[in-house]
Amino acid sequence: MASLRVLVGCKRVIDYAVKIRVRPDALGVVTDGVKHSMNPFDENAIEEAVRMKQKKVVKEIIAVSCGPTQSQETIRTALAMGADRGIHIEVPKGTEENLQPLAVAKIFAKLVEKEKPDVVILGKQAIDDDSNQTTQLLAGILEWPQGTMASVVEHSDGKLKITREVDGGLEDISVNLPAVISADLRLNEPRYATLPNIMKAKKKKIEKMSPEDLGVDVTPRLKVLKVVDPPVRAAGDKVPDVATLMDKLKERGHI
Amino acid sequence: AVVSTQSTGISESARNLHGTDESFHPTRAPEAVVTPHTTEQVSAVMRICNENKVPVVPFGTGTGFEGGVGAMYGGISLALHKMTDIVEVNSSDFDATVRAGVTRHQLNDWIKEDGLQFPIDPGAGASVCGMCATSASGTNAVRYGTMRENVLNMEVVLADGRVIHTAGKGSRAKKTSCGYNLTNLFVGSEGTLGLITQATVRLYGIPEATAAAISSFPTVASAVETVVQVLQCGIPVARMEFLNPDMISACNSYSNLDLKVAPTLFFEFIGSPSGVEEQAQLAEELCTYNEGDNFTWATAQEDRTRLWKARHNCWYAVKAGYPGLHAYSTDVVVPVSRLPEIVEYCHDLAGEMGVPAPIVGHVGDGNFHCFLLSDQNDAVEVDRIK
Repeated sequence: MASLRVLVGCKRVIDYAVKIRVRPDALGVVTDGVKHSMNPFDENAIEEAVRMKQKKVVKEIIAVSCGPTQSQETIRTALAMGADRGIHIEVPKGTEENLQPLAVAKIFAKLVEKEKPDVVILGKQAIDDDSNQTTQLLAGILEWPQGTMASVVEHSDGKLKITREVDGGLEDISVNLPAVISADLRLNEPRYATLPNIMKAKKKKIEKMSPEDLGVDVTPRLKVLKVVDPPVRAAGDKVPDVATLMDKLKERGHI
Repeated sequence: AVVSTQSTGISESARNLHGTDESFHPTRAPEAVVTPHTTEQVSAVMRICNENKVPVVPFGTGTGFEGGVGAMYGGISLALHKMTDIVEVNSSDFDATVRAGVTRHQLNDWIKEDGLQFPIDPGAGASVCGMCATSASGTNAVRYGTMRENVLNMEVVLADGRVIHTAGKGSRAKKTSCGYNLTNLFVGSEGTLGLITQATVRLYGIPEATAAAISSFPTVASAVETVVQVLQCGIPVARMEFLNPDMISACNSYSNLDLKVAPTLFFEFIGSPSGVEEQAQLAEELCTYNEGDNFTWATAQEDRTRLWKARHNCWYAVKAGYPGLHAYSTDVVVPVSRLPEIVEYCHDLAGEMGVPAPIVGHVGDGNFHCFLLSDQNDAVEVDRIK
């Protein structure tokens, strides 16, 4: 039985069910007093690592989150799901919006140097910025193979067989370890953190550091110019019959 | 004006939508739909309707099976789905207070990170306050009870617009020996005594481990015997459901499963990982003792979801499996010891009438639904069903 070490990323984001409101300064969305949770794709990532541990393929799971103090809650959820210990890369409150994928990838690269995992699993994208970049950037920095949008991951003999969800369908690839994977929604159905496990998780260790401790410059390279609501949906037209419908569709170039 | 024109609907489609639910009862559309946002607005609307003798029918999610939303006497439909706030969650006290538009799925999503759940599961995506009004039950009543056991307090707007709190304003006491039990008067009042605008409900911990199991049986009687024995052995099942062969076929086609077409029991066990295994083993022994076979059990989330999705989609599986036929849902509760008898009776009766009768039941409570299918256009058949 292999005994791999896995590093898993989990990001604290606004809960997917919340109605987002654009901030008055139009540079972002309102986050104060708004419910936050673990990014859904990161739940898939943690779940996959936990399942691999249950199958005795993995021996240690380290959950990592980059963000303000409250990111510790996200790490605690990961610990309650089955991760063994956590690392919190803390940034001052209010600056977490400026933590962009390249900076996060560099942080993870330094953690890889420190913790020497065999696999890094990240969620495919965060639901706040929808970047879908960190995995790919990290693989590039480390020069490790990558399996992104993974919906199936199987381990055998130091390799991972991965099924990727791509535009045309499914793609099967095989990657040598060590490797970086990004988890897609259909990879698994994540377990709920149960009260007994939440209590046990309080005893698990979370190490705290800053990007500076790792020697990483997290200055953002991209600047947000404007954030706006999508246009309000205009009322439709009612037409008396199919013939008129066809005319209107042709008029507007839809057919 | 009490509510804005945007919150009032008189279009045919809006009215029809609010006069229809999941039952076989035909649409009884109201004359208008009013959608308030606050208790004050609800109260003001009720006052006006009371003064002008306008009938009012409350509308939550329209997922009921008993025709509760039909505007039998005209009037308005008071739609409460815009009141979507989760007012407070007290995790250490295991209670939550929600407004009328909050569905149970919405509440569960909100509290799951704290390891909590609101487990009453009537199958549909019902609103919590709607569940109060109908005293909803469901697949895990055998473990968690029904709404009667799980509502601590409600804010209700009465017919004349007065606002009351059934257990006293702000109360979320788990138990009390004082005062009249108004809370349980309103639970199950089906919108006849007032509009429930807010409810405080009991929460439970999400179990550490869950396992699902199924077993098929040669006869209905042997399946139901097993149920009685499981209860007598004190296995604390979370769910125990019975599906007859007709229902299994419908579920197989609808959800792409290949379950053996025979009387079948679905179990769910909860507890610690070792506890759950013990329960499953004992249940397997009991099934085998009653000539059950194919006992299969699963712990992985997807497998359990798949098995239970089949059971949840029963209603839609039935409709899809018998296109063109109308399903008349029945809801019967008997003492558990009389279960074998009544299910057999139902089965035989349907056979005699020549109509398909898929049966699904919360057998742990002695409760089951027999869906009688008929061609709505065949008046003779419809009459016989009634």
